[in-house]
Amino acid sequence: MRKMKKHTKPNEIISKIKTGDIIMVGGFGLVGAPLTLIDELTRYDVKDLTIISNNLGEPGKGLGILLRQGKIKKAVGSYFTSNREVGDAYNQGKIDAQLMPQGTMSESIRAGGAGIGGYFTKTSVGTKLAIGKETREIDGEMYVFEPALKANVALIKAAKADTLGNLAYYKTARNFNPMMATAADYVIAEVDEIVEAGELSPEEIITPHLFVDAVITSELILTREGVISRHALNKKRDSRINC
Amino acid sequence: MRSTKKEIQELIAKRAADELHPESIINLGIGIPTLVAKYVDTSSVFFHTENGMLGVGELPSDEEFDPSLVNAGKLPIAETVGASYFSSSDSFAMIRGGHVDVAVLGALEVDEQGFIANWAVPGKNIMGVGGAMDLLSGVKKVIVTTNHTTKTGEPKIVNQCSYPITSVRKVDVIITELAVFTFNDGQLQLAELMPNVTLEEVKEKTDAHFELSPNMLLKS
Repeated sequence: MRKMKKHTKPNEIISKIKTGDIIMVGGFGLVGAPLTLIDELTRYDVKDLTIISNNLGEPGKGLGILLRQGKIKKAVGSYFTSNREVGDAYNQGKIDAQLMPQGTMSESIRAGGAGIGGYFTKTSVGTKLAIGKETREIDGEMYVFEPALKANVALIKAAKADTLGNLAYYKTARNFNPMMATAADYVIAEVDEIVEAGELSPEEIITPHLFVDAVITSELILTREGVISRHALNKKRDSRINC
Repeated sequence: MRSTKKEIQELIAKRAADELHPESIINLGIGIPTLVAKYVDTSSVFFHTENGMLGVGELPSDEEFDPSLVNAGKLPIAETVGASYFSSSDSFAMIRGGHVDVAVLGALEVDEQGFIANWAVPGKNIMGVGGAMDLLSGVKKVIVTTNHTTKTGEPKIVNQCSYPITSVRKVDVIITELAVFTFNDGQLQLAELMPNVTLEEVKEKTDAHFELSPNMLLKS
């Protein structure tokens, strides 16, 4: 029988990350981002990280904290506009940054997880982002070569996991998470709820458990009022019941 | 009387909505493009958002929003009948694979050949491309919605883009608060003047060379 995935604490598994590692981090802005794991990473003594994530948080928030801490060597993403400190750090030579079209970024991660070394795409042909890249004419149209992306560790977010590590997502919080789950040596999923194996319908499982190495329960949750701790959320609910 | 910034944006968005045909799959960019949805019956077209949803609906203002249900501009949205969610790679397979009919995009500059620049300003710290290059490479029709001039009054429809271009693929329609432009055999043509706008004003505020479309409509 397959061993149950250990439901563990963030600080026990974040130690899988070593100085110099390549880390994929899910999310489109804060939506679908593993907020608890990111928070834990900011407390952990590690540096020279390459972060592959659509954004690098906001100034002093999320992955933006890691940037301020000087733990990031290189950022790979499609939209750093949400954190102007990325541009500043890049111009000052503090970090290396690789800007990718969002579709190329997601496809390169998908390729990395599927054992594909790279692929040709029409996106970015003839633009500044294609400078120095191999091109090829296919059926009369120009394509640019894009290598696959892989990582040492992926930090992802899902709505639910079962005890085997099968994952189900919620609305637009899915985004990059399913691909990142396939493209790293060690995959840590942060989820809002863990259920018994068998409780998730096979039809609703988007990421099968073979991709997932460890599961933690989220302590930081995105709400209408912003990011708050589960503890504060429970207290607020209790006080509502008491009213 | 001078229109407010908001009124100008709404005017452009409303005109862009007229370009959208029933049953089509449409991706709306950030800014003025987002406003286009207000002027379209969402039961007749399907809105796609690159962060992973087909069937984007307007959220009724009195309804509580779900923080995990947002569009590419990170604004709260709603599900329409038949809506679906998918990953970023499935979403861009739709875009890059030619399955999305129309993209409505904003622009920093568009030139008389139809090239668009909307992702980078040299010397500025803005580092973001998002899905702009993917949309241009894959969708069937590209509609640009933009203010006719910059905040300082400089023409945005130019002879040749001075900012880095987003794609070698050219745009199909340009809609501003002054006019609608199309392309015929690669030639920029003025297709329509917006209400109370004169040809002289358009000429004065446009850097690009353009011809008059033979079937140009003079809106009154």
